[in-house]
Amino acid sequence: MKTNKSNVLQVINVSKKYANVLANDEVSLTLNHAQIHALLGENGAGKSTLVKIIYGLVKPDRGKMILNGQKYAPDNPQKARMSGVGMVFQHFSLFDSLTVAQNILLGLDKRQSSTSLLDKIVQISTDYGLALEPRMIVGDLSAGERQRIEIVRCLLQNPKLLIMDEPTSVLTPTEIEQLFNTLNQLSAQGTSILYISHKLEEVRKLCGEGTILRNGQVIKNFIPSTTTSSEIAELMVGKKVQSTIKSKSRAKNIILNINNLSIDSRTPFGTNLKNISLKVRQGEILGIGGVAGSGQDELLLTLTGESKVKKNTLFYKNKDIGNLNPQERREIGFLTAPEERLGHAAAPEMTLMENCLITAKKSKNLMVHGWINFTKTGDFANDIIKKFDVRAGDNKSLAKTLSGGNLQKFLIGRELSQDPEVIIVNQPTWGVDAAAAQFIRQALLNLVSHGTAAIIISQDLDELIEISDRFTALVNGSMSTPRITTELTVSEIGLMLSTENAPK
Amino acid sequence: MIKLTPRDHQSKLLTAITPIIAVIFTMICGGVLFWILGKNPFEAIKLIFWDPLMSETFSDYARPQILIKASPLILIALGLSIGFRANIWNIGAEGQFIMGALISACIGLAFYPLENRFIFPLMILGGMVGGAFWAIIPAILKSRFNTNEILVSLMLVYIAEQALASASIGILRNPEGSGFPGSRNLNHYPSTSNPELIEGSGIHWGVIFSFLAIWFFYYLLKNHKFGFQIKLFGDAPRAASFAGLKTEYIILLCFSISGALAGVAGMFELTGPAGAITIDFNVGYGFTAIIVAFLGRLNPVGIFFAGLLMALTYVGGEISQFMLGIPAAAIQVFQGMLLFFLLSIDLIVKFRLSFTKQNFISRKD
Amino acid sequence: MDFASIDPTTIIYNLMIAATPILYAALGELLVEKAGVLNLGVEGMMIIGAICGFAISVETGSSYIGFIAAACGGAMLSVIFAVMTQYFLANQVASGLALTLFGLGLAALLGHSYTGQVPPQISKLDLPILSTIPVFGKMFFHHDFFVYFSLMLVLFVWYFLTKTRLGLVVQAVGENHDSAHAIGYSVTTIRFFSILFGGALAGLGGGYLSLIRVPQWTEGMTAGAGWIALAIVVFSSWRPWRLILGAYIFGGITILQLNLQAIGVNIDIALLSMTPYAITIVALVLMSVNKSKKSLGAPGSLGKSFIKVS
Repeated sequence: MKTNKSNVLQVINVSKKYANVLANDEVSLTLNHAQIHALLGENGAGKSTLVKIIYGLVKPDRGKMILNGQKYAPDNPQKARMSGVGMVFQHFSLFDSLTVAQNILLGLDKRQSSTSLLDKIVQISTDYGLALEPRMIVGDLSAGERQRIEIVRCLLQNPKLLIMDEPTSVLTPTEIEQLFNTLNQLSAQGTSILYISHKLEEVRKLCGEGTILRNGQVIKNFIPSTTTSSEIAELMVGKKVQSTIKSKSRAKNIILNINNLSIDSRTPFGTNLKNISLKVRQGEILGIGGVAGSGQDELLLTLTGESKVKKNTLFYKNKDIGNLNPQERREIGFLTAPEERLGHAAAPEMTLMENCLITAKKSKNLMVHGWINFTKTGDFANDIIKKFDVRAGDNKSLAKTLSGGNLQKFLIGRELSQDPEVIIVNQPTWGVDAAAAQFIRQALLNLVSHGTAAIIISQDLDELIEISDRFTALVNGSMSTPRITTELTVSEIGLMLSTENAPK
Repeated sequence: MIKLTPRDHQSKLLTAITPIIAVIFTMICGGVLFWILGKNPFEAIKLIFWDPLMSETFSDYARPQILIKASPLILIALGLSIGFRANIWNIGAEGQFIMGALISACIGLAFYPLENRFIFPLMILGGMVGGAFWAIIPAILKSRFNTNEILVSLMLVYIAEQALASASIGILRNPEGSGFPGSRNLNHYPSTSNPELIEGSGIHWGVIFSFLAIWFFYYLLKNHKFGFQIKLFGDAPRAASFAGLKTEYIILLCFSISGALAGVAGMFELTGPAGAITIDFNVGYGFTAIIVAFLGRLNPVGIFFAGLLMALTYVGGEISQFMLGIPAAAIQVFQGMLLFFLLSIDLIVKFRLSFTKQNFISRKD
Repeated sequence: MDFASIDPTTIIYNLMIAATPILYAALGELLVEKAGVLNLGVEGMMIIGAICGFAISVETGSSYIGFIAAACGGAMLSVIFAVMTQYFLANQVASGLALTLFGLGLAALLGHSYTGQVPPQISKLDLPILSTIPVFGKMFFHHDFFVYFSLMLVLFVWYFLTKTRLGLVVQAVGENHDSAHAIGYSVTTIRFFSILFGGALAGLGGGYLSLIRVPQWTEGMTAGAGWIALAIVVFSSWRPWRLILGAYIFGGITILQLNLQAIGVNIDIALLSMTPYAITIVALVLMSVNKSKKSLGAPGSLGKSFIKVS
């Protein structure tokens, strides 16, 4: 590897092993001055481990790093920041009950008087187009605004290298546009950026160079602008990604009718739902897009039956089911799958077998007069494991020990195996590797082709465009009128999702 | 540094063996404590753990005493463990124990001097209702207003103690007791007495009741949806509500079961070993039972053995007090230490430990 | 019955003394909970403070050394809790209960030979000029050092939490330990020292109980004061200034019912003795009726173990 003055960071043969998994295997990477460098890879490819090593959160087992020509081995994030490395996490490291300024202060290492800090925050946010009100409580802010806090926090330390971990997953198309402007401005001023993503088009648009990781190894260094998306995708996954097969939609009768639904959020910093109306037909997938915190959780809770709704707002087969609890809804074929897998859809300390009992006890007759039939329950769990290709020890493995993708396959399998007439899924493929995601989407499509109605709530627009028949957007708790997905252009979708023309 | 990895499967062996390790650690530290107190540690440990069972001098007295002391501990701990599994913390069992005894005393004395074989079962029922009633107060406050159940159930212990004091010098005072505080001795009337059923065994109705309760709840928790619901609620309350469970229902259920069991334990104690309502009727079973519940791993069978062990330390403590002059409080310290070790050792049940040079490891990835 | 014999000046004076032990313990627990840790061992740490303070001041003849010993005793006991919950990741509720049971036993063991003894008296610290104000002087400015010190500590904790950077870090750790860890703060260390501070203050509270409030040593003399301190933290919505209000209301009720007992009101003594506990329950309910969690102010990570695993 040649040393070059324009190098900012060199990662040389870094390895890191967790339990039995080699998360990073002799990874080498060179970041050049004032470049935006893409780090691509699937979930579990080792991207997070690598950037955590660079940011001092994880220590490598072997290998070394050179930052600006000097040996670099940060013990903790403070050291990393002092050396000029900043990082914006995918999951924000923010404190809901504190103010913007307090949150920023907490991320700084140098002493700052609060007045000069306020000035600097205002300065940076105007310089880089990162609008922020320092005295706001963070819990009340949108995902986009929260990300700006993280970015401002980094920029206050004048980083030479800025790491961005999946920054666009929480943003609307307009916000993405703004972010790219900011990043381009930074790199023009001499900051290097390590940009982690799995969205290929974005990378091609933004990044000058890139590296692909797979199974902890560097597969290829490449120039995004001259490589096609399908080439990149193949390198990431290691094989050709099959696209989902969609049979022609045969939407029939209206089965689910949401009529003017409004509800106040139960959580302190939640989003209230405002006058939502929807009709879903048998044999169609209705996709609901929107950035995080637009009211998806609240909508799902009203549909599962965990939040009670007013009379005459929720009709299933022309029957008002607003006052039915989750189990009563399941018994009439109305199934749901929440976003949060561990803790909501599944109990972490319980076995896969026991987790079957959470939703399938009645429909699969796993309990008789309240007594558990262990043989049947075990068989049902094994069935799901087999049919949905769940990689788990056995049906007695604890839910928390499965990887995100495998657990999601199991949980989706648990619902789909109960032959639902309506299924509502929040974030079906969040944090799931490409192969599993494709599997889950195909399973949903297959189910719908047999006449089931599905609502897919997702923050992944590509996913919704791929599988949904009709598309609508949830913005600040309000919903737009659903439209046929194939008739929509990307800019129209962007407009539907943008917060600017939505009622606050 | 030590690195933690969550275990894939629950290890039954570790779950069973760790309490024994904790007991051994406690013996060692307890020995040091006795040594500091100027006593021979080996003799003290032997007096506490061995002599009550095996020595000819003490076992005739001690063996029945173990059952007598174990029975309330087991009953109360069994009830508490159900709540603890669901992350519902009833720590006011002492108060429920008192209220169970008070209500059953009221029933028994109300019929005095009538002799009828239905009086005793009615008192059992009264004990359960009394305990459950006292336990339902924090349960309702928790489910209606989300009031902290730990603090409320505990405050109710102090209130129950005052009620006990008031009753023993007031309404329940023995009219023939020449003005001394305390009620009539219920052991003196066949209808309200809970006698030793087999001479010299210590077995009274409460002991039989506690053994039956262990068997019943073992079976129920293992095979019935009740056990599943409790576990689910404790592990993931949101998943429980996703499953269609009502939070209020679980809270009320856990509190009333534990209250009823604590109350009935109070009833058997009143009619048997204690005999009468007095100001110092309660001796802390309700708190020691917390240790028993954890020592038994919140599992009915475990609680059975833990209850016997804890009773052994009580009886052995008495013997060591008599023989070596070890203060009674030392036994309480001993029991407290046991809980420390037990809770700490849980780490190796939940995680696999490995030693690395790693400084710290992040949670996700 | 003679209501006229109840003198408001004396009542206010005594209520401040009755409230002080609880104020100390509650203030310590407030900081611990702000750091995201629920330590239910307050009762145990208080009684250890009570006996350590009592024993040492009897042996040395100095109340002040006694108070230092009380704080050290409470802090030492809290180390057990800190190690269990921060390093062994033991359940905080269970560990706190264990600490209380252990503390009560250990205190009884240590205090065996001190029953019936009399501690050295502590002099009143009459504040110049202020203490000469009629009525008010006697009520508020005629106390011992530790009454004023408790109020100064409230000021200190308030200042620490709202005005200092370290205080902000403590709150951040309590609000969201994963975020705090990701930014690079040592959650474990911060919580460890918060627990120690809480232990020292609970010890001071216990010391005040045995050295000034009662003043003598009896087994189990805290009689739930530690639990009431925990309740007062909830009552205060985790705000230091409101602790004073909570503790003084509680002290007032205690003193009032004692006075009523003394003048022989025609109410069952047991019923009067129940009132402090009953009022605590009522206060807890009133606080929780207000359902909005935001206004309640409970730290986000309260009671949860911070687990660093791969």
